[in-house]
Amino acid sequence: MYKKNNTLFIYCIFYFAFLYIPVLLLPIFSFNDSFHMVFPLKGFTFDWYVQMWNKSRLHQALFNSIKVGVIASVVSTFIAIFAAKAFTRYKVKFHSLSYGAILLPFIIPEIIIAVALIVIWTSLGLKLGLIPVTISHILFCTPFCMLILISRMEGFDKSLEEASMDLGENSFWTFWRVTFPLLLPGIIASLLLAFVISFDEFILAFFLSSSDQTLPIYMWSQLRFPKKFPHILALGAIIIIVTSLIVMTAYWLRNLGQGKKKDFTIGI
Amino acid sequence: MSSKNYIKIKNLSKSFEDVEVLKNINLEIEKGEFFSLLGPSGCGKTTLLRILAGFEYPSNGQVYFDEADVTSLPPNMRPSNMVFQNYAIFPHINVQRNIEFGLRKEGLSNEEMKHRVQDALKMVQLEGYEDRYSNQLSGGQRQRIALARALVKQPKVLLLDEPLGALDKKLREEMQIELRNLQKSLGITFIFVTHDQEEAMTMSDRIAVMDEGNILQVSPPKEIYHSPKNKFVSEFIGNINIFKTNILKASPEELLIDIEGLGKEKVQNKFDISQSDMIYSAVRPEEITITKEKNSSEHNLYKCIIKNISFYGESTYFYVQPINSEKIIMISNYNDEYSLKENDTCFISFEKKNIKIIKD
Repeated sequence: MYKKNNTLFIYCIFYFAFLYIPVLLLPIFSFNDSFHMVFPLKGFTFDWYVQMWNKSRLHQALFNSIKVGVIASVVSTFIAIFAAKAFTRYKVKFHSLSYGAILLPFIIPEIIIAVALIVIWTSLGLKLGLIPVTISHILFCTPFCMLILISRMEGFDKSLEEASMDLGENSFWTFWRVTFPLLLPGIIASLLLAFVISFDEFILAFFLSSSDQTLPIYMWSQLRFPKKFPHILALGAIIIIVTSLIVMTAYWLRNLGQGKKKDFTIGI
Repeated sequence: MSSKNYIKIKNLSKSFEDVEVLKNINLEIEKGEFFSLLGPSGCGKTTLLRILAGFEYPSNGQVYFDEADVTSLPPNMRPSNMVFQNYAIFPHINVQRNIEFGLRKEGLSNEEMKHRVQDALKMVQLEGYEDRYSNQLSGGQRQRIALARALVKQPKVLLLDEPLGALDKKLREEMQIELRNLQKSLGITFIFVTHDQEEAMTMSDRIAVMDEGNILQVSPPKEIYHSPKNKFVSEFIGNINIFKTNILKASPEELLIDIEGLGKEKVQNKFDISQSDMIYSAVRPEEITITKEKNSSEHNLYKCIIKNISFYGESTYFYVQPINSEKIIMISNYNDEYSLKENDTCFISFEKKNIKIIKD
């Protein structure tokens, strides 16, 4: 047992306060009966939430974001599965170099990726819109997916795949009968996380989306009009709750069965 | 089909990066044989087994199963199955589905499949465990399931990679007998990797002793024990006293040697030893008798001082030092009537035929 340490406890309180109080202001003001985000609060209202029902541009943006998010998460997870398999099971030439190269989008400022893509896309004579946004999101999400899947791949024993080969299955069937089911929690975690990353992403979408707004772009565009501000708060509050839930699910899935390898009993 | 060399390994070598882990291995294994690869960790035994299974490919040389060259066949195309060191039971499916795993392509009906699994479970005495998952099984049970999963495929060769290593002593001894009986009744060729010399001795028809990527000797257990070919084999299997030895005269039939601390001796020249060879003489502790008095003696008798006595229950070990020598000799052949104590003088003797001449 550890002794209670009050100094650390106070530090923790400050830490969480610093992290979450600004964020928590959103849901609080989203119920405030006023256009202005200032204390004291005026009164309680659901108006801003109700307003969202009849904003078709918002619906369109939401639909765009979901579309981009689903495609980006599926494609980047798909790519990441193979990359993870390669990095953990085969001898890859220039291992650390190629590993670094794939993780590079982590470090490159998004704005640089955005500018680079816009130059390529327009010089090819193609129209900006959701397609380049999706492509850029795939590029951006893949490293995250890879990290999740590599750690999952390293978490289970290579001899399980060997046992499958030994029992007569080729590599394709070994993948489907052994690797895939054992990897599944990681795959779902990867899908969820990539979706959230794409859903929240602003800079790439801002440069590449043209008139096809995604949700963050829509929110940004509404900020200029004071009267439209409160329903953005309401929308923000919902997004915070939904994405936190998704990320928590992803985190839970990612760790499922890891560390305590023996306790893995998800039946597929 | 010849049963003599059912599995044949020819001029096989294997390197990882720059390290040569197997050096020009030649080996023939008979059909239905219980064959052990024995050696310390890092001697290449597991690599050799993995080459037989198809998980590694040799850098040079060939592997033949039943006269067919399988050197480049992947594991799923080979008539062998493997029991892994950590058992590799699939954690996401239950015991029933684990054992069925390798039968997918045989096109069995549900009924037949169930039957085959039942038979396999009966064989390893785990009937009624169909619905369990890997995490609900003990180490010994996992080991049996791994065995059942491999045997249900009715392989021609079963490869076992230190399958008993993780079990406790008592269970390990039980499983040794069980495995041996199973192998005899099924008549399948077993190739068994172990670093435990007792395990190899009790179970095998023949043992290959390996060290640093070489096979040093391939013989039945008794022969390995009583006529080890070199110093490493003699020391690796059981306890042994090794004496530095000079060759005074060598002829094709006979050797005149000078044994460290014991003196001159004439022995048979069994292994074509010539004057220039480096040799040792060796005697097993149980081949030496110890007495208090100078008994009538047709054979060698040496006066010694008892340095240490260790009691092991079933045997007592004496560590004695010959007068005029620093050499400590280990003896386990002891008759309690003499009531010997430490620092007593005693006489030791052994028969000339028990002197083993071994190369370095």
